[in-house]
Amino acid sequence: MSTSWQQAFDLGARDAAAPPEPADEEGRRGVLRRLRESLSKSRQALTEEISASLFDRIDEETWEQLEEALIMADAGAPTTAEVVERLEREVEGGAVSPDGEAVRDRLIEILAELSANGRRPIDLSGEPAVLLMVGVNGTGKTTTIGKIAWHLSREFGLSVVLAAADTYRAAAAEQLAEWAERAGAELIRSAEGGDPGAVAYDAIAAARARGADVVIVDTAGRLHTQGNLMDELAKVRRVIAKQMPDAPHETLISIDATTGQNGLRQAQTFSAAVEVDGVVLTKLDGTAKGGIVLAIANELGIPVKLIGTGEKLEDLRPFDPEDFARALLAE
Amino acid sequence: MFDQLSDRLQATLSDVRSRGKLGEGDVDAAMREIRLALLEADVNFKVVKRFTKSLKERCLGAEVLESLDPGQQVVKIVNEELTGLMGGEGRELALSSSGPTVILMAGLQGSGKTTACAKLARHLAEQGKSVALAACDVYRPAAVDQLVTVGGRAGAAVYEQGTEADPVEIAAWALDRARAEERDVLIVDTAGRLHIDSDLMDELAKIRKRTRPHDVLLVVDAMTGQDAVGVAESFAEAAEFDGVVMTKLDGDARGGAALSVKAVTGKPILFASTGEKLDAFERFHPDRMASRILGMGDVLSLIEKAEQQVDERQAEDLQRKIQGDGFTLEDFLQQMKQVRKMGPLSGLIGMLPGMGAMKQLKDADVDEAELDRVEAIILSMTPLERANPAIIKGSRRRRIAAGSGTRVQQVNQLVKQFDQMRKMMKMMMSGEQPSPQQLAQMAGGGAPRPKYRRR
Repeated sequence: MSTSWQQAFDLGARDAAAPPEPADEEGRRGVLRRLRESLSKSRQALTEEISASLFDRIDEETWEQLEEALIMADAGAPTTAEVVERLEREVEGGAVSPDGEAVRDRLIEILAELSANGRRPIDLSGEPAVLLMVGVNGTGKTTTIGKIAWHLSREFGLSVVLAAADTYRAAAAEQLAEWAERAGAELIRSAEGGDPGAVAYDAIAAARARGADVVIVDTAGRLHTQGNLMDELAKVRRVIAKQMPDAPHETLISIDATTGQNGLRQAQTFSAAVEVDGVVLTKLDGTAKGGIVLAIANELGIPVKLIGTGEKLEDLRPFDPEDFARALLAE
Repeated sequence: MFDQLSDRLQATLSDVRSRGKLGEGDVDAAMREIRLALLEADVNFKVVKRFTKSLKERCLGAEVLESLDPGQQVVKIVNEELTGLMGGEGRELALSSSGPTVILMAGLQGSGKTTACAKLARHLAEQGKSVALAACDVYRPAAVDQLVTVGGRAGAAVYEQGTEADPVEIAAWALDRARAEERDVLIVDTAGRLHIDSDLMDELAKIRKRTRPHDVLLVVDAMTGQDAVGVAESFAEAAEFDGVVMTKLDGDARGGAALSVKAVTGKPILFASTGEKLDAFERFHPDRMASRILGMGDVLSLIEKAEQQVDERQAEDLQRKIQGDGFTLEDFLQQMKQVRKMGPLSGLIGMLPGMGAMKQLKDADVDEAELDRVEAIILSMTPLERANPAIIKGSRRRRIAAGSGTRVQQVNQLVKQFDQMRKMMKMMMSGEQPSPQQLAQMAGGGAPRPKYRRR
């Protein structure tokens, strides 16, 4: 069974056993639709086959084709070599029997294992819990925040405050405001060009005052190569930590599924500035497989926690290593 | 990274001289190294396969076999082939002969279209053109607001109808308005869309049909990996784009997607977007991109960046010095200080020729340490030595090494690389392009190879 919302989040002392009953007909229909969808997805996951012919015969060409598939999924040469060599060794050494199904199952195991390295639920045990979103420009931070807010409210009945700490980009606060409205969350913002740390501060203060459960802080997209911007991010984090020890409780980096090997550099550099706890892998509704997260989990120990699958509020799911492993090599 | 490739190739082919003959096995080994380097740079797997295949053929030919340094020869060929593939000369935007030039911008979500629209608008406005922007992204929250703001900053008019109207209608209305207002250019911003979203790709085709653009530009993020080919092929089919705008090139993504898109669709990359500010926009240089993909230095960009920091007059002085061969190690030290002031080194380091190897080191602190070392070496030189490094031999070398806490070999390397860099800078300043061989020499660094020194 795929990872559930309950498994993806650690809500601490809060009683979130029962999500609130949707009051209206539309709300109920929505729940039923999502349930149906998630069931069909799990069925799909079980039957989603790795490229059919790949393991019909086990020979030299098999390993080459597997290598090609993993490279094309952006897993990168080092991780690809590691996976292929390991599997080849196990098959040749007799640990895995050389028949198609056994090899396929073992491959999924290996890939799932790799992608689950460092895996932990998203920590929302703080009161309020503070979640910091960071990432390169255009990776989907703001949209993801809207989705998370909506799901936290729908799945767990949590109240959310959004901090529009992207004070750089034109109309960034307007964009987040729209998401806040859709998700039923409150928005704290400042004038454009204001201090991002101050917005985060105000948002946490507001959350405390109103007894809100979660604060999600949006930040401006920035290239990891811009040292001064990385310093600014570190500063925002310090402001949050000073206000509330242990906060931010969770820092997530958004990585676009179409990103190539540079994704590893991104995760590394952001992590050096602000201690990243996990990845949100976005835009998986495209054709890119997001294989770079294998390298990120394997080499940096930073796990994927959520995946984004579209531009609507509902298009967010907890990361499931096995589903991901299957999808990685599927046609 | 280029140093690494160069070194790796040299190691792979090092015993050839003793055997006296280059075999297919040797060339295969070299192709493996190149393949790895290109995959690291995010060049599409299939493009790499094709490329190394034709490269191998060339490498089995006389020019490598008979070369005294096959490794270096291969490197030279790779650079040549890549540059050729990347397109040779840049291309201009097609302009209208009557009525406004219409430019349609398309691409995936988050690729940087809206920012690119504003930059292109500014670029054209600076040429004295009257520019309007059409806000056809009605889906992304606050997209219209964003375009209105950045369009205004670029000095362009923004035509919008909020988010309730149909994008195709908005585009058609915008064109009518641009004609009525006698604009020179209309740039149509569209919503980010997946190439596999048939509804939205249909919409794009409809917008194209209604506005009959002179140029359709695909906006591609420089950090895109293997997926670039699929995206480009689909957009080529649906929108028949004429050229590409590569964005976020101020990052350290090697940008292999550029090669992939060009190789697979044949469409040229027209512009490079190199930052979030509106003026961070330039014509695309295929040869510079080839160097970047291979991990070589990009000296011109570095000079340009340095010039932005240094004021006008100082820039002119610098240019004169370089052209007059008066550019010394002292000047280099000053430039380096300026460069370090600019901020993040990892991006700039990649631009300093011969420093490619440092990019391999994951720890940014070590990059700083490397530059500290270079600085220390120069500071241990006398002013005369900085002005005329040719006199640095024997005891001077030893003294400088001791004074800076480095090895004589490192002092040698700096002087040699500086000499090469100076020659290259001089050539570029006078509009010449250094030959790939010269670039290869310089990035190769290390041990002296007098046979290949150009006059």
